[in-house]
Amino acid sequence: MSLSRRFQSRSERPIQRDTFVHEWPEAGLILFNGPNDPPPQIRVHSGRVVELDGKPEDRFDAIDRFIARRAIDVDVAEHAMCLDSTDLARRILDLTTPRRDVIRLMNGLTPAKLVEVVNRLNVVEMMMALQKMRARRTPSNQAHVTNRKETPALLAADAAEAAERGFAELETTVGVARYAPFNALAVLIGSQTGSGTALTQCAVEESLGLRLAWLGLTTYAETLSVYGTERAFRDGDDSPWSKAFLASAYASRGIKVRFTSGSGSEALMGHSEGKSMIYLEARCLMLIKGAGSQGVQNGSISCVALPGALPGGVRGVLAENLLASLLDLELASGNDAMSSHSDIRKAAKLMLQFLPGTDFVFSGYSSMPREDNLFGGGNFDAEDLDDYNCLQRDMLVDGGLRPVTEERVLEVRRRAALAVRDVFAELGLPPVSDTEVEAAVAARSSSDMPDRDVVADLRAAEEFLARGLNGMDVMAALARRGYDDIAEKILGVQKLRISGDYLQTSAVVVPGPRVLSAVNDPNDYLGPGTGYRLTEERLKEISSIPQAQEPRDMGAPSEAAAGFLDEIGPATPGGDGQEIVIAVGPAFGAALESTLLGLHHRSVLASLMEGIQAEGLRPRLVRVRSTSDCGFIGHAGARLSGSGISIGIQSKGTTVIHRSDLEPLGNLELFPQAPNLTLESYRVIGRNAAKYAKREPVLPVPLQIDNMARLKFIVKTTVMHLRETACVQAGAPPVELRMRHA
Amino acid sequence: MPDYPLSENLPDQLKTPSGLPFSEITLETVLSGRISIDDLRVTTEALEWQAQVAEREGRRQLADNLRRAAELVHVPENLILKIYDSLRPARSTRKDLLALADHLEATFQARRCAELLREAAG
Repeated sequence: MSLSRRFQSRSERPIQRDTFVHEWPEAGLILFNGPNDPPPQIRVHSGRVVELDGKPEDRFDAIDRFIARRAIDVDVAEHAMCLDSTDLARRILDLTTPRRDVIRLMNGLTPAKLVEVVNRLNVVEMMMALQKMRARRTPSNQAHVTNRKETPALLAADAAEAAERGFAELETTVGVARYAPFNALAVLIGSQTGSGTALTQCAVEESLGLRLAWLGLTTYAETLSVYGTERAFRDGDDSPWSKAFLASAYASRGIKVRFTSGSGSEALMGHSEGKSMIYLEARCLMLIKGAGSQGVQNGSISCVALPGALPGGVRGVLAENLLASLLDLELASGNDAMSSHSDIRKAAKLMLQFLPGTDFVFSGYSSMPREDNLFGGGNFDAEDLDDYNCLQRDMLVDGGLRPVTEERVLEVRRRAALAVRDVFAELGLPPVSDTEVEAAVAARSSSDMPDRDVVADLRAAEEFLARGLNGMDVMAALARRGYDDIAEKILGVQKLRISGDYLQTSAVVVPGPRVLSAVNDPNDYLGPGTGYRLTEERLKEISSIPQAQEPRDMGAPSEAAAGFLDEIGPATPGGDGQEIVIAVGPAFGAALESTLLGLHHRSVLASLMEGIQAEGLRPRLVRVRSTSDCGFIGHAGARLSGSGISIGIQSKGTTVIHRSDLEPLGNLELFPQAPNLTLESYRVIGRNAAKYAKREPVLPVPLQIDNMARLKFIVKTTVMHLRETACVQAGAPPVELRMRHA
Repeated sequence: MPDYPLSENLPDQLKTPSGLPFSEITLETVLSGRISIDDLRVTTEALEWQAQVAEREGRRQLADNLRRAAELVHVPENLILKIYDSLRPARSTRKDLLALADHLEATFQARRCAELLREAAG
């Protein structure tokens, strides 16, 4: 328990639940400069790398051997390795050096040299570098689609919504491995139900993953994990060659693949060998490049809270993203696993990938609430989607998503759930009930879904594979049940496999279907006026969030509103010392009829009058027509008031108590925060004005401070003030008012 | 040099592994049962074109991977899974891998894949 109450209240903030540790370099708990990180060095002999980062060929481990043989471009290595690291870092940012020229140099660097180069950049420079170096010009995004009950109607509905929201890839997985074909099937159907054309995958063990892809139930894979040390690799039960072979195996059937790596995994597995996280990640990335992968998902992925606990951890994660782009790999930049308890910290971290843009900003945005995320992720989830759309709109940054209306979402969810129900029926799979369909359309999470017969589902899923059912059967079933459009779209995406077009770097499928990749949409950023820019159409799409209001419609008086104030002639200075003038603005009770808080102008006047009358004085109503400023309205009123005291009030409710001998912008009391003024406040304002006139001691009306008032009301304030100002008649004298009986 | 994307620029030259033209892959042919899921696979030729595109883009390793993939087009799936397995740690001896490499090269002319296996054998 802290002695300081401020320390005490801070100790309850979410950030305190995050773990922070000092570096422990020998255990690999360090981002850069591990005790066993080698200095950069290379020796090439007859076109062959014979020394790599201080290690001669005969001491190469499997990863060194693979990198030396396959990753490094020996033609540029000796030249590139001689360049100063700061100079190389500057060339990355230099806006006269095209991306391709940077890549050519990077291809000749060793892991230690690459790390030294990126470590010369601060985070802003890394972001600028990422903007220039990512492979595809147009950024995009990937979603996770899973749920705890592994219920197909919900998977399909969620996939349909995610694709409709603009996610270019959908990744599902399984809680129970045997569900895999059904989960893949449901997500496949959902992915092509709305207007999207997302590629889909199902993360399962490698041989099953291959099989699902071969059966046409998925279109890409990203489960090919690699590690930066040999022992970590062995614990992962793979070798560089097995992974490289697997990559070719997927490609041989026209299926897109990216690898997975990320800082912290070796330390977590106890095999960091005293090397830094980013050095080991550089080895992973070079291995991935050497294996011929078009891309990678990195950014620490599931280990992110480990680098995050260390100094420079979030910068390190950005550095590893940048390394992938420098090696010309497609980059799906993480942001999937929980990175913090603090929303501030999470959002700040996201900006490092979101603002520069990457090929996939997330390698898994949880499109459903995180409780349903079987990857254990959900750093940003379904509940945060409106926040994300606002971030795109605020900064005019393309984060890959588009705002959608609830109506459209319900429509695509229903159609996807119905399609799954009918395909299950058509293929003789356990029935999906109408109750499930209805629940899936409206569900927040799988808690809203009825339970299914798990035993029957698992048996049927096994039979599905045994019967050799595949994507073709799914398309036929869809067509037979009247879902020709979905079947056509699935076929359209599957058909692209024949061309191999989405095997090129950073490929996504956009409506058409057309393939967009680093080949036909290469990042050509070289400073202002180049690279990706929002089109007019996309700008409009990002800007049109459903909750945006039409300002022209705000605060407009309803047709039915009848005026209740009659103008009965010019207002002249009064001689009655018992009168208090209530001076209203030009639109009060006319073009506008209620205050910011929504109090009707008639009630406001009644309260002010009641307060004045309670003190035995007489209220008198005038309208000031020549100004909309509160101080000037009040002052004009005071000069007409027999007592010299007035209450000035704007239509939005801002009020002043004024006296004729004060400067127009002076006052006795000012109530600038109209949203905090209630009818009771107006009554007390009336009372105080009367007391001033009687020269009695006055206790000022206590002011409430609401720090959020300006935030909440500034737009409406502006619009109402614009309307009032539009009613101003320059030079028009004040007029006497009479209130009609209700 | 093939013009990328092939699906847009070379649809007339694209064929399924069974020789069916790209343009004949329609929902009708699916429903008629004339094509199977194996028709939706990439061909050796298309992979070679893609390898050339990757090479032109300066992606030597990706091109190499696509050429390995081209060699695997006709390798049955169970053999592919077997090879993958044998490349995992402690699954096979050096001799096993070399034998597998020879088999791949002799039966499927998979020179690059064989080279990968021999490299893995050390």
